[in-house]
Amino acid sequence: MAGVAAVAGGVPGNKVDWRLAAPLGLTYLAFFAAPFVILLGVSFYADSEQTRLGLDSWTKFYGDAFYRKVIFDTLKLGVFAVLATTLLAYPLALVFRGASPRAQRVLIFIILMPLLTSVVIRTFAWIVILAREGVVNQTLIGLGLTSTPLNLLQTELGLVIALTQIEMPLMLLPLLTIMNGMDQNLIDASRALGASKWRTFFKVTLPLTLPGWIAGATLVFASSTTAFISQSVIGGARLVYLPALIYQQVTVVYNWPFAAVASFTLLFTVLAGIMALGWLGRFARTS
Amino acid sequence: MQRSTLGDVTYNWIIGLLAGLAVLILIGPVLIVIAISFTTSQTLKFPPPGLSLRWYVELFDSVRSAQIHTAALNSVWVAGTATLIGAVLSVLAALAITRVARPSARFLEASFLSPLVLPTLSYGLAALMFFSVLGIRPSLNLLIAGHLVVIAPFIFRTTLASLTQLDPVLLEASANLGASRVYGFRRITLPLIAPGIAAGCFLAFISSMDNVPVSLFLSNARTSMLPIRMWGMMESTLDVRIAAIAGVLILATLILMIVMDRLTGLTKRVSG
Repeated sequence: MAGVAAVAGGVPGNKVDWRLAAPLGLTYLAFFAAPFVILLGVSFYADSEQTRLGLDSWTKFYGDAFYRKVIFDTLKLGVFAVLATTLLAYPLALVFRGASPRAQRVLIFIILMPLLTSVVIRTFAWIVILAREGVVNQTLIGLGLTSTPLNLLQTELGLVIALTQIEMPLMLLPLLTIMNGMDQNLIDASRALGASKWRTFFKVTLPLTLPGWIAGATLVFASSTTAFISQSVIGGARLVYLPALIYQQVTVVYNWPFAAVASFTLLFTVLAGIMALGWLGRFARTS
Repeated sequence: MQRSTLGDVTYNWIIGLLAGLAVLILIGPVLIVIAISFTTSQTLKFPPPGLSLRWYVELFDSVRSAQIHTAALNSVWVAGTATLIGAVLSVLAALAITRVARPSARFLEASFLSPLVLPTLSYGLAALMFFSVLGIRPSLNLLIAGHLVVIAPFIFRTTLASLTQLDPVLLEASANLGASRVYGFRRITLPLIAPGIAAGCFLAFISSMDNVPVSLFLSNARTSMLPIRMWGMMESTLDVRIAAIAGVLILATLILMIVMDRLTGLTKRVSG
């Protein structure tokens, strides 16, 4: 307990008791770092029976055009999800900023509601909406826009629409935070100097809120590329992304080394996206 | 001037329309699922042809929905235990590294937060291979360990944020007045960071209840978890009971959220 207090002071210059970080640190070493070491080790087995060492699993994965397309499709899905959530989240954040405190509370509730509803349930909701006799098709047929129901399930378009709802709160929360902290004087000044609302948005609001967008885009990208349930249930068997590939290799094909390679590929894909967004943030600040 | 006014009008329209679409897309699916959970029909037709509680009766039937009940209890047990252990470990770790500028402290902070952005599906597979190499058979305890790693960052993050906002003058004053450090922690630090810890625990618990990537690999028929069970129900037959489960979960989350909001101002905390 004395250790707790020594740090609890948090007074600069006080000696920090590192032992307090040890329980969580050791837990991470044992249950987080060690499993990844094992995963890396398994990826260097050349065969699914794990008898022979070699780089075969890696070369087979990256040498095959099919698997390269799976990587590309996964990246593309993440980019589409980021674009779609951006297109809807920015206007909502702008409206939120101008809303009364009471309206803001209602909006926060609307934004948090899907976040607090299980991902599986949100996916289920989109099956109901996008199915052949679902809400979207009923509306389109009712309006006379189409005579035959559209096939929205098991298409990339349907998956992106569903992911937009599933991931949008992740984009909105950092965006709202930064949007609310923005100085109104800068916008008023831009307007007073004769800039149109569009110009003010692109020249003032957008650059100032970019850090919030980067934070949101990072979460959306990481989450949508690994959204196994949404991808496999809405995308169906025809659309294959890295998470489904990993699951199949483990539970159907029983090729653990290959699954390990696919897992690291997923890890690299997400990290590449995060780094690209971070780079974009630095680039935007300097230019 | 004429042109800029026209531009401003289209701006208002486009922003308004897109924001309206965003609200519709956010809340619509949730409302549709709730409506369907009260249907009289065997199908997921919307709008429901008639209203009844038949699917809730079916869901709470201890014989016909026994597997769902087991999965739900497993999920609550794993989420509760992992959150409790995660809270103790995360608060200690946050106390240790808050206000420390050293690179090693920043490295620890980044490591403790990393499960939030790293693909947890990769981690789920890594955990499966790790435990199988060690020869440990799947059990609820393994699931607790796996969930602990991916949900502790939520508590660590909110606790760290609360500690950073804490005014060190308060503790100096308490020390100057002769209070021991344990007393200072118990009477000053802990009450001030308690809302942050509680908000983190809430997010961690919800996230564990909802976890798919880790449970996908660590759970089996004996240790089934609710989201995995629901996924199975979705893959086989589109059972209307899923909508009833959704109704129950949404109601439970709402109650928890309102209680948390009263206690800690969660909505303020989450939105900054």
